[in-house]
Amino acid sequence: MIPARFDYHRPGDIAAALAILGEHGDEARVIAGGHSLIPMMKLRMADLGHLVDLQDIAELRGIVVEGGTVRLGAMVTQAELIASAELARAAPLVREAALQIADPQVRYCGTVGGNVANGDPGNDMPGLMQCLGATFHLAGPGGERSVAARDYYEAAYMTAREDDEILTAISFAVPAGGYAYEKQKRKIGDYATAACAALVTMEGGRCTAASIAMTNLSDVPVWSEAAGAALVGTNCDAEAVSAAVEAAKADIDPTEDNRGPVDFKRHVAGVMIRRAIERAVSRA
Amino acid sequence: MKDLPESAERAEKLKGLGSSRKRVEDARFTQGKGNYVDDITLPGMLFGDFVRSPHAHARVTAIHTEEAMKVPGVLAVITAKDLEPLGLHWMPTLAGDKQMVLADGKVLFQGQEVAFVVATDRYAAADGIEAVEVEYEDLPVVVDPFKALEPDAPVLREDLEGKTEGAHGPRKHHNHIFTWEQGDREATEQVIAEADVVAEEMIYYHRTHPCPLEPCGCVASMDKVNGKLTIWGTFQAPHAIRTVVSLISGIEEHNIRIVSPDIGGGFGNKVGAYPGYICSAVASIVTGKPVKWVEDRMDNLMTTAFARDYWMKGRIAATKEGKITGLWCHVTADHGGFDACADPTKFPAGFFNICTGSYDIPTAYLSVDGVYTNKAPGGVAYRCSFRVTEAAYFIERMIEILAIELGMDAAELRRINFIKAEQFPYQSALGWEYDSGDYHTAWDKALEAVDYAGLRREQAERVEAFKRGETRKLLGIGLTHFTEIVGAGPVKNCDILGLGMFDSCEIRIHPTGSAIARLGTISQGQGHATTFAQILASEIGLPADSITVEEGDTDTAPYGLGTYGSRSTPVAGAATAMAGRKIRAKAQMIAAYLLEVHDDDLEWDVDRFAVKGDPERFKTMKEIAFAAYNQAIPGIEPGLEAVSYYDPPNMTYPFGAYVCVMEIDVDTGQTEIRQFYALDDCGTRINPMIIEGQVHGGLTEALAIAMGQEIAYDEMGNVKTGTLMDFFVPTAWETPHYTTDHTVTPSPHHPIGAKGVGESPNVGGVPAFSNAVHDAFRAFGLRQSHMPHDHWRVWKIANGLGLHG
Repeated sequence: MIPARFDYHRPGDIAAALAILGEHGDEARVIAGGHSLIPMMKLRMADLGHLVDLQDIAELRGIVVEGGTVRLGAMVTQAELIASAELARAAPLVREAALQIADPQVRYCGTVGGNVANGDPGNDMPGLMQCLGATFHLAGPGGERSVAARDYYEAAYMTAREDDEILTAISFAVPAGGYAYEKQKRKIGDYATAACAALVTMEGGRCTAASIAMTNLSDVPVWSEAAGAALVGTNCDAEAVSAAVEAAKADIDPTEDNRGPVDFKRHVAGVMIRRAIERAVSRA
Repeated sequence: MKDLPESAERAEKLKGLGSSRKRVEDARFTQGKGNYVDDITLPGMLFGDFVRSPHAHARVTAIHTEEAMKVPGVLAVITAKDLEPLGLHWMPTLAGDKQMVLADGKVLFQGQEVAFVVATDRYAAADGIEAVEVEYEDLPVVVDPFKALEPDAPVLREDLEGKTEGAHGPRKHHNHIFTWEQGDREATEQVIAEADVVAEEMIYYHRTHPCPLEPCGCVASMDKVNGKLTIWGTFQAPHAIRTVVSLISGIEEHNIRIVSPDIGGGFGNKVGAYPGYICSAVASIVTGKPVKWVEDRMDNLMTTAFARDYWMKGRIAATKEGKITGLWCHVTADHGGFDACADPTKFPAGFFNICTGSYDIPTAYLSVDGVYTNKAPGGVAYRCSFRVTEAAYFIERMIEILAIELGMDAAELRRINFIKAEQFPYQSALGWEYDSGDYHTAWDKALEAVDYAGLRREQAERVEAFKRGETRKLLGIGLTHFTEIVGAGPVKNCDILGLGMFDSCEIRIHPTGSAIARLGTISQGQGHATTFAQILASEIGLPADSITVEEGDTDTAPYGLGTYGSRSTPVAGAATAMAGRKIRAKAQMIAAYLLEVHDDDLEWDVDRFAVKGDPERFKTMKEIAFAAYNQAIPGIEPGLEAVSYYDPPNMTYPFGAYVCVMEIDVDTGQTEIRQFYALDDCGTRINPMIIEGQVHGGLTEALAIAMGQEIAYDEMGNVKTGTLMDFFVPTAWETPHYTTDHTVTPSPHHPIGAKGVGESPNVGGVPAFSNAVHDAFRAFGLRQSHMPHDHWRVWKIANGLGLHG
């Protein structure tokens, strides 16, 4: 559990960080909270010569709620997500999900940017950001660009981000309606056996908008357009919820691991999806 | 306080037996001031670590060390070839087998030690390990002990090929280690054949691991000037380690010093000897510098001693009224690649023959087959006395299954079969003499405390509500009445590698009336420094706060067999009391001289000898101590010291009644412990607070084992649970509230009547949690489902019973 030798860089701004990435190419990796990268380095599964620590870059910090939009700096920690009263008012779903990530020690270091950026299918924030319809902001040698969270993930640890780009911020519109994040895990600190984020807007007893996304049920987070569509226009009664659950389950592709085989995971996914939708509806 | 009689007030000040005295160890532990092996840094110290096999079964065809030797800081790469001239490439195990120190031509489990890289620091050692290139040739892997015994199974132990006799009798197959039989086979089979009712089931107690917070490690330092080898290490039995090191190395025992510093939990994992100890010592002897080796978590889980892995086939016979008439059991015991079980020599399956449990079973038969597989060696007593937790789990599951077969309430079935209080001392059908017990009293107290009848009513209502579709949760009531057997043990039948399992205490009273006591045991969190001082305080009348307890340094402590199997209080605690009584006997003679009366005219009163009938004339132990050193007393040597080596006449038999109430979500397999009631009878209670802490800790480890903790292998022999992501260790979040209770049935043969308690909650806890899971599904037809009861296995039960619609 001892990593191979590496050089440690601690740039003070994004431009300096990009310059280091530019100089060392795929020999260099940025590190935020380190919860994915450091274990992989210690197991000598990640072999890199240069570690670029982002913690001194002030531009990557801060939670801003302004003009109906939430902007989270990539280096905002999960503890900060939980502590922010402003965020809790604007997007309580984020706080609810962040509270279900690992344990307090992990959440003091773990960052929202690190959670979404590297494409670990076990992480909670990618599915959540897809549910919220968030946008990821990337900075690279060619300037800045944006990628929708729903378009960002290609496969496990494969994303739309280029090696020489840094994910700098996440933004999303202040969500409306009821919300819920349901997660089953074996214990504190574990990844989800199955988890589901739901946002449901009701007007006059009718669902006008719904967004359903899931965690750790495929090699990428799964946003189920069909599940949302199954709810819109209904009164979210048992039949509609069942239709949405079935639609969401049709979009997942879990694999067997120590948490259990595929049939179990599909079943539990159905339970989590149903509970998330029902709770979101109850709050809508 | 003022209402107390004067002598009771003095007794309370001593903080002796029965006092919930705070742990004296905690000041340093809670402030991060403990001194563990990895805190030891010596001048010029080197660091060694292992190249480990990624394969579970392979021939090692070549080891290339040249590139590793070029890594800056790497000083040596040791392989079996280097150890062979010293005769140290293999080492004896505690079970009478031998184990490769470094791979000698082949590897038998994933993670096996292949080469030892010695470097200036642990970072250089890690780089060196990566640069060692080992050529392997895959061999067929056997992880299933039943397949290992098939005629055409691959030969795992080529070194034993053709050997038909093992350390414990004949071997009947090339992967067979031993067969151990107890009881009367013919009579038992006849009882079963003629019984009204027979319940038969295979009970599997899965492989798990003690996983102490601190992994194993050592610092070996050979002083070439005076020829003395010192090893600081995580040793649960430092004196036994010294003797074994001497026997293996040929170094005389006076030139070996073994020190167990603070130990961060042992739970059996730190009883045995590991290749790291040998390699560190050899590396220090060769380099003349101290060498440290400390495992990381993955090393610990994958390679140092595992626990359990018992396949227990049982048959239990009863009359139609539920009176048990016979018990038959056959165990297939998976010992891994080497037999490194830590059991007394004559007991290759430990004390598994306690498997008749708390019940008066007139006829029984047990046989155990030990088997080699491509898994890590071990088979230690993980917070239990040797294989007792397996035995308790077996009988407590069989009772539940018999209750199903009989259509009886499981609590009532237990009650009608308990050994009665008047039957003690009780001779069991499998050879033990239970010293004492009062099971019915404990059982009734437990059932009343939890309102057992009310729980059963609630459960029945829940089942109906479930059937009506009103709830998706079931309620399980997990019952256990366990009997432990601890305090190994009488030297006449308990030894390890020929070392008798007595223990010892040496007491030195200082002139001003304080004392130091040294013991042959070693605390790993049990709080010996607190509780042994209490035993002594009550025996010699000096305050516990004035008594230092020291263990673990073989140069200063008297010889003893160490701490495991809940043996410290039954054996070393008894030695402490006996040594205290020797002190008191001498003190009485001194007091008689000082008071100018005959010895027999004195009586002991808490902290003093007083003249009978004249309590105002007395000498306190403090005064006597001063006189012992500073006054010329005719016919009495100066000083006040004593030593006792205690060989117990019998084991002690703690017992307990546990009830676990569990909510089970049939859709997700999630479980929640709603209530856990634990009644323990450990005889005389030395420190109720420490007992409660021990019970909490043991129950939490039991929760882990029953509900998720396992060392799992895939078919290729890869460890699937080698990190704490997958190996379940409960945090405060997963740990329920426990209610503790007690009865007191003192041991008739122990000097203070104490029985040991550290392991009872693990022995009783595992069946209580597991029985709760089974019980929840009893109404739907479940008989047996193997642990651990993690979410998917619980879900699988519900799914298999058709509860998912």
